[in-house]
Amino acid sequence: MALGTIGTNQIASAAVTVPKVADQVLSSRNMVINGAQNVAQRSSSVADMGGSSGYITVDRFKIDTNGASAGRFTMTQTADGPSGFANCTKLDVTTADTSIAAGERLFIQYNMEGQDLQRIAKGTSDAQSLTLSFYVKGNAAATYVAGFYDNDNNRQVSKQFAVTTSWNRITLTFPPDTAGALDDDNASSLQLRFYLHAGSNYTSGTISETWIAADGTKSVGSGTTSIFDSTNRTFFITGVQLETGETATPFEHEDFGTTLRKCRRYYQKLVGSSYYGGFHAYTGSTSVYVQLVPSMRAAPNVTNYNVRNANSGAGASGQAANYIGPDGFNAPIDGAGGSDTQASHINQAFMEAEAEL
Amino acid sequence: MINNKVITNAKYIADAEGNNNVISCTVDGVGKSVPLDPDNTTFAEIQRQIAAGELTIADAD
Repeated sequence: MALGTIGTNQIASAAVTVPKVADQVLSSRNMVINGAQNVAQRSSSVADMGGSSGYITVDRFKIDTNGASAGRFTMTQTADGPSGFANCTKLDVTTADTSIAAGERLFIQYNMEGQDLQRIAKGTSDAQSLTLSFYVKGNAAATYVAGFYDNDNNRQVSKQFAVTTSWNRITLTFPPDTAGALDDDNASSLQLRFYLHAGSNYTSGTISETWIAADGTKSVGSGTTSIFDSTNRTFFITGVQLETGETATPFEHEDFGTTLRKCRRYYQKLVGSSYYGGFHAYTGSTSVYVQLVPSMRAAPNVTNYNVRNANSGAGASGQAANYIGPDGFNAPIDGAGGSDTQASHINQAFMEAEAEL
Repeated sequence: MINNKVITNAKYIADAEGNNNVISCTVDGVGKSVPLDPDNTTFAEIQRQIAAGELTIADAD
């Protein structure tokens, strides 16, 4: 029988449901990259976090804070997880902050490009529901908040979720938003946030589980936990998945190489063995072109680097790359006195190219 | 969106034709070369800080 002839006479409509087929087909339904927390190009563990924002350990998941809290934690990619997951992100509080000022807030944020979200038809009459699922646990019972911030139209929606001492899968379905279309570009349009600490500027209102114009007081609501309430506090998360519709399908696992390639659109760590000592300048104006694979989201920041003259040992630090584009950059290597008789080379364990949102 | 980047020591780097090509600066304690690309979030933050009178960029050599 040709596939095109199969109809309800052969397979009853009710016999085919999303849970039965979603784990076999419909790939790329998860709009979150690195949801399984497997890729951590920068570092697997960083201590004393909480004072500033940034991408620290696991790729694509940013710590975002206004830096007002004295609370600090260690963030690690940890070999722990529910069945089927090898890794998670763990936050382990090392300095408590039980005196929460009104403006304090800290969340884990995942930024999404607008051009990757056109499928949700936000801002149209065809707008889709969004279902967010993830696995969490902690040292004790806690209540936190997950939600979205529409960075193009300044709109928000959020919901509370409970954490226990065991791994649990949380499923939160958010209603469609017929207001505020997302830009079809490479900028940050939608921000997924896991609120872990917030002062009254974010908790004084009633949390809005429907889309509203941005109102900080309604983003967290009352009765939530501050992760900084005790140095015993831990928070573990993995298996983050965001999909259209009102059903959480099984987590869409993918091979490490695929996830790494997706992450490298935003950040690439170029390990020294790829080029260390491989490029020599015999004049004062030589440089090497470093190609970025895959192309990055935008022209990236490139960390300044050191150059060393292989013969004299002279060095030059803080050399700047130039001609930076999404596909590569030019790295001058003449800063250490390269000449016709003295070679210079990049003297750096690694270089970083970052085009994060 | 609150951005906490601390940017110092900003200086233009010129290309071979003498045109400003990147900004070499220290971002949160790390030396970086920032392209003049409005889609680059650090460059966007530099523009914001310049407009706010919080940052100036030295001319290229």
